[in-house]
Amino acid sequence: MKFTLKILKDFPAYLWSGWGAIASILLFIALWDMGNQIYGNLVLPSPLETFTTLVAMLADENVIAEIKTTLYRASVGFGISLVVGTSFGLLAGFFATASMMSRPIVTILVGMPPIAWIVLAMIWFGMGDETVIFTVIVASFPIIFVGALQGTRTLDGDLKEMSDSFKLPWHMKFFDVYFPHIFSYVFPAWVSGLGMAWKIVVMAELLATSDGIGASLAVARSQLDTPTALALVVIMIGSLMFVEYIILEPIKREVELWRS
Amino acid sequence: MEKLEVKSLNHHFGFTEILRDINFTLNKGQVLSVVGPSGGGKTTLLHLCAGLLDVEEGSATNTFASSSFAFQDARLLPWKNVIDNIALGLLAAGEKKSVAIEKSKKIALEFGLEESDFEKFPKDLSGGMRQRVSFARALVVKPSLLFLDEPFSALDIGLKKELQSILIDMISKKEISILFITHDLMEAIRLSDEILLLKADPGHIVKKFSYDLAQNKRDDEYVYAQSAKILQDREIITTFELELK
Ligand SMILES: Nc1ncnc2c1ncn2[C@@H]1O[C@H](COP(=O)(O)OP(=O)(O)OP(=O)(O)O)[C@@H](O)[C@H]1O
Ligand SMILES: [Mg+2]
Repeated sequence: MKFTLKILKDFPAYLWSGWGAIASILLFIALWDMGNQIYGNLVLPSPLETFTTLVAMLADENVIAEIKTTLYRASVGFGISLVVGTSFGLLAGFFATASMMSRPIVTILVGMPPIAWIVLAMIWFGMGDETVIFTVIVASFPIIFVGALQGTRTLDGDLKEMSDSFKLPWHMKFFDVYFPHIFSYVFPAWVSGLGMAWKIVVMAELLATSDGIGASLAVARSQLDTPTALALVVIMIGSLMFVEYIILEPIKREVELWRS
Repeated sequence: MEKLEVKSLNHHFGFTEILRDINFTLNKGQVLSVVGPSGGGKTTLLHLCAGLLDVEEGSATNTFASSSFAFQDARLLPWKNVIDNIALGLLAAGEKKSVAIEKSKKIALEFGLEESDFEKFPKDLSGGMRQRVSFARALVVKPSLLFLDEPFSALDIGLKKELQSILIDMISKKEISILFITHDLMEAIRLSDEILLLKADPGHIVKKFSYDLAQNKRDDEYVYAQSAKILQDREIITTFELELK
């Protein structure tokens, strides 16, 4: 509770520190506008046109429905990765053999290009939700799994000894000694996993479904509707930035205050 | 009668013999110091006595009602501030949170920490401050037996003396028994009833020195005189390789 309050209290200062970020975004938009003046509307619509399209799209029920579909797929996929990846990672971390055995599997999962997974998933599940969700899971699972594994593998034996010397009861051992350490590994892994899930969901939709943001992107491409395509990209990036900088980053800062 | 009794204790790490045939008894109210060269197995001996390492050969029987440990490296929880670190042992013993915090603040001030340090995380403390926090964490639970592994090594002379006099005070009131490890012979002479000299490779006890004068009666003169005497001892000279070649 105290913790949540502290996050909220530090929030204005954090926002204030964001001026630099805003300046760089504005600079980026300026360059974008220059690109538009050089290459013309078809190749690169102006920021203004893109944002007008964006506003019109956000007022359109159909578009909102597409966004919701994508959001649903990403959340289910990421949610499953989060629960399964975290618990398996923690479990594997506690057993030396399990963590050794899981390494090559993780290498395969990480090394395999997502596009290959999409193709396989299309063969296995056909065109639809399952294919997209499956791809999201396989892409974000290893990141979270490795984070949780690292968290448990790197637990400090000296601190464990210290907690034994003070005869800490099990719940204190867990909440005061293990959890903060593990969480400092798991939380960043969740953040990267979420970023990955959001990127992969659109890619999978573009290839394997007829609805969702990815599919809308495919339609925009076939109609050479560059403003819509760009507006969709802005939606994706904007939402990711919102979640990352407005929600996750302040939490991460508080959680990692103790880190040097 | 509470006591710590170590009998024919041997210890190996892998195939390396670390300790050989260690015997001693620490009675209630006593201070027993172990001095010896670095790598001689002092920390290992302390961990065996405190039950942090499993005894393989021989025995170490601890019948003290309660004990706590100040480690050579401070071993603070990096995600807890000074006060919460000190309060750890109290909370583990079932003390109420508010009482634990109160006690921790009091002892922190006593140990030369300042109010402005209370909220700091260990990463923002100096080495000596970390040691003081660790020492406070061990003492605040008022243990019957205290294991000290060079708790003063990172402190300046003034602070060292201040903390020593806190200990001497407790010793004189017979509140505490201490198994103490140090490199500092003067410190050992100031605080101990008995000093064990541990020679390395493998660690074994070569000599014991006893001091009968009550700790609070020992002035600097006494300590200097005894130190000068002990430094001329053959065993001390060979154990610490003090000979000028
Ligand atoms: N966990 C361990 N595994 C293997 N060897 C160890 C382990 N802990 C200590 N040793 C070895 O045991 C020997 C004694 O170590 P110990 O820490 O007890 O020495 P010490 O007398 O406390 O030294 P110092 O005064 O420098 O603290 C050293 O040679 C060390 O390398
Ligand atoms: Mg040591």
